[in-house]
Amino acid sequence: MTSLPQNATGTKLGLVIDLDICVGCHACAVSCKEWNAGGHSAPLTDDKPYDKDPLSVWFNRIHSFEVGVGQESRTVHFPRSCLHCEEPACVTVCPTGASYKREEDGIVLVNADTCIGCKLCSWACPYGAREYDHADGVMKKCTLCIDRIHNENLEEVDRVPACVSTCPAGARHFGDLGDENSDVSRLVAERAGYALMPEMDYKPVNRYLPPRPRSSRQTPATDYEPATTGGGDAPASAGFLAWVDQMLSR
Amino acid sequence: MPSDHAGRSGGEVVDTSPAVSDEVKYTTCYMCACRCGIKVHLRNGELRYIEGNRNHPVNRGVLCAKGAAGIMQQHSPAKLSTPLRRVGPRGSGEFEEISWEEALGTATQWLSEIRYHDPRKLAFFTGRDQSQALTGYWASQFGTPNYAAHGGFCSVNMAAAGLYSIGGSFWEFGEPDWERTKYLLMFGVAEDHDSNPIKIGLGKLKGRDDTKFVSVNPVQTGYSAIADEWIGIRPGSDGLFVMALIHELLRARKIDLDYLVRYTNAPWLVRRDPGSAEDGLFVRDRFGNPLAYDKETGRLVSALLPGITPSLSGEYDLHLDVLGGGATAVPAFQLMAERYSDARYSPDAVAERTGIAAATIRRIAVELAHVAFEEEITLDVAWTDWAGRQQEKMIGRPVAMHAMRGISAHSNGFHTCRSLHVLQMLLGSIDCPGGFRYKPPFPKPAPPGPKPAGKAGQVVAGKPMPGPPLGFPQGPEDLLVDPETGAPQRIDKAFSWDFPLAAHGMMHMVIRNAWAGDPYPIDTLFMFMANMSWNSSMNTTETMRMLTDQNDDGSYRIPHIIYSDAYFSEMVPYADLILPDTTYLERWDCISLLDRPICNAEGAADSIRQPVLKPDRDVRPFQDVLIDLGSRLGLPGFTTDEGNARYPGGYADYIANHERAPGIGSLAGWRGEDGKSHGRGAANPNQLDAYVENQCFWRQEFPLEHQFFKHANQGYLQHAQEMGWIPEARAIVLQIYCEPLQRFRLAALGHGEVQPQEAQRERVATYFDPLPFWYPPFEETLVDEQAFPLHALTQRPMAMYHSWGSQNAWLRQIHGWNKLYMNRQTATRLGIDEDDWVWIESHNGRVKGQVKCMEGCNENTVWTWNAIGKRRGAWNLAADANEGTKGFLLNHAISDLLPSKDGRAMSNSDPVTGQAAWFDLRVRVTKAEPARTELSEPQFPVLKGVPGLQERARRLRYGGGLVRTGRGNKR
Repeated sequence: MTSLPQNATGTKLGLVIDLDICVGCHACAVSCKEWNAGGHSAPLTDDKPYDKDPLSVWFNRIHSFEVGVGQESRTVHFPRSCLHCEEPACVTVCPTGASYKREEDGIVLVNADTCIGCKLCSWACPYGAREYDHADGVMKKCTLCIDRIHNENLEEVDRVPACVSTCPAGARHFGDLGDENSDVSRLVAERAGYALMPEMDYKPVNRYLPPRPRSSRQTPATDYEPATTGGGDAPASAGFLAWVDQMLSR
Repeated sequence: MPSDHAGRSGGEVVDTSPAVSDEVKYTTCYMCACRCGIKVHLRNGELRYIEGNRNHPVNRGVLCAKGAAGIMQQHSPAKLSTPLRRVGPRGSGEFEEISWEEALGTATQWLSEIRYHDPRKLAFFTGRDQSQALTGYWASQFGTPNYAAHGGFCSVNMAAAGLYSIGGSFWEFGEPDWERTKYLLMFGVAEDHDSNPIKIGLGKLKGRDDTKFVSVNPVQTGYSAIADEWIGIRPGSDGLFVMALIHELLRARKIDLDYLVRYTNAPWLVRRDPGSAEDGLFVRDRFGNPLAYDKETGRLVSALLPGITPSLSGEYDLHLDVLGGGATAVPAFQLMAERYSDARYSPDAVAERTGIAAATIRRIAVELAHVAFEEEITLDVAWTDWAGRQQEKMIGRPVAMHAMRGISAHSNGFHTCRSLHVLQMLLGSIDCPGGFRYKPPFPKPAPPGPKPAGKAGQVVAGKPMPGPPLGFPQGPEDLLVDPETGAPQRIDKAFSWDFPLAAHGMMHMVIRNAWAGDPYPIDTLFMFMANMSWNSSMNTTETMRMLTDQNDDGSYRIPHIIYSDAYFSEMVPYADLILPDTTYLERWDCISLLDRPICNAEGAADSIRQPVLKPDRDVRPFQDVLIDLGSRLGLPGFTTDEGNARYPGGYADYIANHERAPGIGSLAGWRGEDGKSHGRGAANPNQLDAYVENQCFWRQEFPLEHQFFKHANQGYLQHAQEMGWIPEARAIVLQIYCEPLQRFRLAALGHGEVQPQEAQRERVATYFDPLPFWYPPFEETLVDEQAFPLHALTQRPMAMYHSWGSQNAWLRQIHGWNKLYMNRQTATRLGIDEDDWVWIESHNGRVKGQVKCMEGCNENTVWTWNAIGKRRGAWNLAADANEGTKGFLLNHAISDLLPSKDGRAMSNSDPVTGQAAWFDLRVRVTKAEPARTELSEPQFPVLKGVPGLQERARRLRYGGGLVRTGRGNKR
């Protein structure tokens, strides 16, 4: 079994995903696929890409489902990727040490050279975040774009995961959730961000921001009742037309 | 034995700073019509990564799923690789490879004969064309009026209704003030051309406190999913909802009278003189100026004068002879108020039809009024109005609207779209802070000036037409009809009495009319990027039959078909000659202000595509081919006086050097011989280099004082005139009352010289109402509503729209087959379970698909994703690919003709604009027996590939060759 880092720095890099504005466009999923196809875990094999049922590696998948019934129902788009848990079962279960959590930033990675493709980690992960590459015979997963976020060949503004950089609605945020003053931590505090299945005790780092309550804009309807506006005549009536003909100049 | 490994590094040395690429090129995406700026990373000349360009005004760095999947579009196994000539029967897919010289020689021979005999016999229609400034010019030079792109079957109702009302529209013409609006009302948008700007905008809007986003849409997906309120309206009834909102605002006196007087034609006097040839037209002085009643002086004065105090109500005698003795006149406002105060537009009256409770309609009206008038915003920006008067500030009514195909693709769409603009005018929210904002070069005069060319006498063998084939008729005299018989002059019958304001043409009628020889037979159908034998046609099965139908002598009813596409689409087998196009990464293009610009409300912009990769196949950019054909045919615009090619450098040469008017060309940036002029200036031979140096786009930000009230902002209007966007720097008056419509109606009532045929009189008199009104979509009035009780729609999936080609290895994994979505209770009522296979039957035909139940769907509506179902074998997909076996195409059920009651079947289109009424479809849904058949219908023979297609990969390891080797791969 593989142990977790003992001297962790306290840095917990992760994602904050805003379910209130995710429109389910899949931009993050494809941008992730595109970057990582040629990135740290390259390639992300697509088996039978033009056939009946392609079998492929994606680090980020979007699920859409409805909550509630009838007019009160809501459609929720839910992007799912590795949560970079503080105590990831996928790491501790690994028999070779290939699956590991980085001490310096908390990112969970797989060392493809020592992974034996036993898939224990995918059984252990309750979030379904692991992706087995049949062609390579190794497990792959979200690297939090390890080859972008510290990449000195990129402008600083681009040193974020591809999914964050590309998200059209601005629903994805990246930062240090170990620092309570970071932008992402503040966002989580403001918006009551939550962890997935905390009861499992793997302590996911990523947070999801719940959909806001539907706008509670309260408009005093009585303001618009004829009695208080002085109106109330049928719009084409003499009273209405007299009101219309205030002295207004062009 | 497992050992306890130190987890610190997993024994791995991670390279956290790999070089991303060795070359970066900027260009413009073409995965849909959004036209985002992209930054293409290359490594060893291979695509490594495509990302959004942060500096680009459209997408500001973001990129959608389609844009990110551009790599797979480039590596598609469906790419055509060589010119082809049909050798088997049409539709069989039997082709032989030919050289470009042979292909162009054949095309030149066919087209040359037509041009010197009867240029109308060329029908040139160009699908999802982003180069209409070129293709339209080419058609005009060839001399055929039979040209259009796909606007007629896309959203011409939206465009035309806006242009005839406010000189702009939604979509490429305008956008919500995302930064300031507090209330956004969106109609019928699943996904839009403004794909990324809408997502960026909604993200911002929802991030601000005290905003509200209301989505009116029968289906709660996509943008509706994140709306604060979803109104699951019944399809085709949006106009009723909007007019009920107007009814409520009038009743509560919550309208912006000041705005109406200043900026709209509300005070213009309309002649009330039933039976006369001028009834319902504006009263005008001898200079042609519309008149208003000035309360200050008690006289009729030009309504265009500044400082007058015009009346909005009353009835005025027109006692002066010059104005027509005996008649009276009333302000347009009063006619409008009378129309919408009618009880038929009250919330109670429309509740059942729309499926929206009257109380909800009232509440939305209250919310609109509250935000517009009680939450007014003010920008302390001084500006000068159209009359030269200084204004201290800009007052904003922070209510914005956006609408798209959901209201446009109905046979009542034109009036519905216009009603939305009337609503905005009443709220005073057009081009104000927080409201709807024009994108330059809009606003233009309502309607814009150019009229369609192609009248009798304008089509002459061997000569160009005197103007563009598409334009904006203002009255019967602008129609393209036979002066004697009133018969249509165009093959698609656009601009005829059938569809007078068909401003984008009617691509959806070309094949049927050409097949029927109605109004005349043609010789050659020339198409580009238009999948007419599949998802781009109504009545697909019948369209395939018409494309292959033969005369008694074995010749084809449509004698020649030339087609250009980059991919092996369903249309390829139906052509006689294939001119293979490049991908968007292999070509020059321009996104021109003369065509469909990429501006936003804060400034003007245009852009180019540059070749990022060299084609590895024998293909040529379609526009290069068209220009080459133009010079081979000797078209004056493409040939020098000496008879040589005018643009030997192809499209790139044309983009830089073609001038539409003196100093005005395809691109506005870096003009003039020194490259220092913008807007107007001499052609600059180095213009494209300047674009490449500037990340392939040009942008000009307007000063804040020019950014609002553009229709009446002197500084903006003067600038627009200087740039060539509008003919003169005069205020653009917004048209609540649309006089051109009345001119057609008067003709239908027997007035004037250009008269409709008898059969069209009633129709024109009915639908050319100068004020928006609602009528039921045609199909539901012509079929038995009991027999076909449900509405059926398609929606555009965000990850696929305009990238329908399912050969895209990544995108097809997101939308691999489409199901029929329906309300769960409706399904239960019909005895249908989740995953059952069902027949979806219309009056026209039936298709089979699999059901998925959902909550967020209007109970009278079923829907599916557009264009996901494919014909088996097309796009070089495996014959058993899900797109062909499980996916289905709703188009087979949609008729291109309305059910006929009198033997004269009309096109299934809006009677004003000819917009294809895709969303009028009525169906019944019944469980198929057996319910688990696992094969969609209809099915057609599996398409064979064509010569030159590469073998499709069994396994893609894209990117594997781009990174360092020696690690990872176990097998």
